[in-house]
This record gives sequence, C-alpha cells and structure tokens, in this order.
Amino acid sequence: MRSNRVLGALALITLTGTFALGLGLPATEEQQTYARFVAIHPPLAWTAYLAFGVTAAASALYLWPRTRRARWDAVAEASAELGVLFTALTLVTGSLWGRPTWGVWWTWDARLTTTALMLVIYLGYLAQRGVVDAGPARAKRSAVVALLSVVVVPVNHMAVEWWRTLHQGRSFVSLDPGGQLDGDFVAAMFLGLVAMTLTYAWLLVLRTQVAEATGRSDAAALEEALAARRREAVST
Amino acid sequence: MLHDAALVAAKDLRIERRSHVTTHQVAPFAVLVLVLFAFALDPDRGVLDRAAPGLFWTAVVFSAVLAVQRSVAVESADRAGDALRLAGLEPAGVFLGKAAAVAAQLLVLEVLLAAGIAVLYGTTLRSPFVLFAAAILATIGLAAAGTAYAAVVGGLGARDTLLPLLLLPVVAPVLLGATRAWEASLDGVPGEALPWLELLAAFAVLYVALGIAGYGVLQEES
Repeated sequence: MRSNRVLGALALITLTGTFALGLGLPATEEQQTYARFVAIHPPLAWTAYLAFGVTAAASALYLWPRTRRARWDAVAEASAELGVLFTALTLVTGSLWGRPTWGVWWTWDARLTTTALMLVIYLGYLAQRGVVDAGPARAKRSAVVALLSVVVVPVNHMAVEWWRTLHQGRSFVSLDPGGQLDGDFVAAMFLGLVAMTLTYAWLLVLRTQVAEATGRSDAAALEEALAARRREAVST
Repeated sequence: MLHDAALVAAKDLRIERRSHVTTHQVAPFAVLVLVLFAFALDPDRGVLDRAAPGLFWTAVVFSAVLAVQRSVAVESADRAGDALRLAGLEPAGVFLGKAAAVAAQLLVLEVLLAAGIAVLYGTTLRSPFVLFAAAILATIGLAAAGTAYAAVVGGLGARDTLLPLLLLPVVAPVLLGATRAWEASLDGVPGEALPWLELLAAFAVLYVALGIAGYGVLQEES
C-alpha cells in the first residue's frame, strides 16, 4: 500500500514536470506550438503497447499451470483496461496534432490504422470479460483471447503496412516528429515516457487491488448467502 | 486427428444439408448484401465494377460471421457440444472438422457471389487461377479464425453480438489481402497478387496452428 503511494507521488511529480517542460517548449518553424505534443503523444503510445504486453505476459503466466494465480488474471484485466485508455488517448492526441499539421483529423496511415484496430481488439477482449461472472473459466478463456490478440496486432500491422506501401505509396513516413527535434524536445519526451510509465504502474497496482477486493467481497457475499440458506433449512 | 476432423466436418455438413440454413438463409443474405451495395453506391458510373473486389470480400466476411455463428449454434442446441466432448474426439480434430465445414460452405457462397458480381456489377472475372488461389487461402484463414473465436464465445450468453466484435478486427488482414489479390487479377496484373497470396497463406497457416493448439483449452471452458 505504502509503496504504491510513493509510486503515485512520483507519477504525479513527473507528470507535472512533463506538462511544465512540454508547455515551455518553443514553437518550431514547421509545426508551430503543436510540436509540443511530442511530450505526451509518443509516451502515451509507448505505454499502450507496454500495457498490452503486460496483459499478454500475465495471461501466459495464468495459463501456465505452475504459475496459475488469480492475481495474474486480475493484472491482465487491469492492464488491458489501462491499455485501452492509453490507446484512446494516443489516438485523440494524434488526431489533435494531425489536424493542424496534416490538415486532417484522420488519415489511413499504417500506424494509425493498426492502432485503431488494436483499440477495437482490446475492447472486444474487455467485452468478452464483461458478459460472464468472474471465475477460473473466465480467467482461462480471457487468457487465451489475450494471447490471440497479441498475435493479431503484429499480423494486422504487417497487412496494413503493405496495404499502404504497396498500394498507394507511404503517405507519412513518421507520426513522431522526434527525429528532427533538438535536445529540449527529446528531454520532454523522455520525461513524458517516465511519467506515463509511472502513472500506468501506479494505476495498474490500484486497479489490481480493486479487482482482488471485489473478488473477495463477492466470495464473502456468496458464503454469507449460503450460510443464511443453510440456517433457513435447519430452522424449518 | 484427421479421421476425427472428417467425422465432425461430415456431421456439420450433413446438418446443413438437412436444415438448409446455409442455402436458404446465408446465401440469400450474401446476395442481398451485393444488392444493398448497389443501392448505396451509384450503379451507373462504374463505381460498383471498380469496387467489386472489396464489395465481394466484405460480403464474404459478413457471411462468414453468420456461418460461424451457425456452426456454434449447432453445438449449443440441446447441449450437443457436451456430447461431442464426451465422444472422446481429439480437440484438434474437432477444430479442423468444424473449420473445414465452415470453409466448404463459404466456398460455395463465394462461387455464388462471384457469379453475382459478374451479373449484377458487370465485372469480368480475369485470371481465374489467381482468383481461385486467393479465395481458397482466404477461406481457410476465415474459417480457422472464425472457428477459433467461435470456441471463445461458445458458452457465453451474448455470443451473437460478441463474435463480430472479436472476429472482424482479427480477419482484417484477410479482407485486405484477398481484396488486393482480386483487384490485381481483375485489373489484368496477376503478378501483383503474389505478396497478398503470401499474406493470406501466412494468415491461414497461423490460425490453423493456433486453433489446433488452443482449441482444447477453449473447449474445456465453454
């Protein structure tokens, strides 16, 4: 509990630092003030991939009989939820940056399309979790879906990449302007990376704790109901 | 494993032959989708002919969702799936059998839809060998991925709405690959279809392998 509070405090400090540093970045000639998105957009995208990676790893640990613990299932769920959140934020910040820079909210760039598909895939993962009550059956099925999903993302990426390169020529070489930027921008992006990763880790611990507490409370409620029925049966 | 697969495929196809769901419901639906595209797009300006490969494969993908849903419904009615499990068949065999039955139905639908785009959209079907190869590979991929995800949602209450959400983003590469391969063939440049045929083959191999490996776990939990 206490260590997670420290994690939360660190996340808050680095996030504040990221915003302070990011908003203080100078306007560039090409992108004007919108270049400041570099402080949050690539870090959000990185955290989204990290979250889905953690979901896959936790699911694999759950499926492996020797490491099977209910906690891995809770971690997988918590991380998938955070992954969806960070993916959505990636798309939103990318879109906000794309409109003034490219002139469009959306373009069928390989990376954008893959990210959008990834969002839908994990929404599906969460949806299939949502329709049944918690338990070993759901955990096992979800673990298989998570592992299937992690295979789907690179396959989709490859297909979409071919689609945009073979068919029409690449429209945008890179979404991240990081390559041509100088030290301040790189520093802001790096701090953003640390801040988003810490925020993710903090929320992951919190969400996992909530999931486990919900599980315990459900189990206790069931026990209580069973005991009440038993008492009824004895008294009649 | 292959013997079990043949048994399951024969069983599913026999059910389809007797119940007529594929021929009387899924096939008319697929043709209806082609007609709806004509309503949505202007049929007089050659839009339909230019977009024919994409429309064809979109219709196939939607029909595949229906075919897979049907394949799940067959097992959940009267708890037939439990009987299948108790019969001692190998899970990999069951997977291959169910996927083969779905693939066979889809191939029949594709022949019908190909005739549909030729007649309704005025599309000339060039380089039949490439068209056929793309159709076979795409169908194996669709049937394998569909059957794997069918096992995921098999025992769930909301499976009819959940299946398209889970399956459609997964089969996006099939839609892309098959459409581009058909486009290349219909445009008279079948050589350009080659990388897409490779993609379709890789997808088919991947999902057949994943299905064989994972079906046992999913069958236990459905």
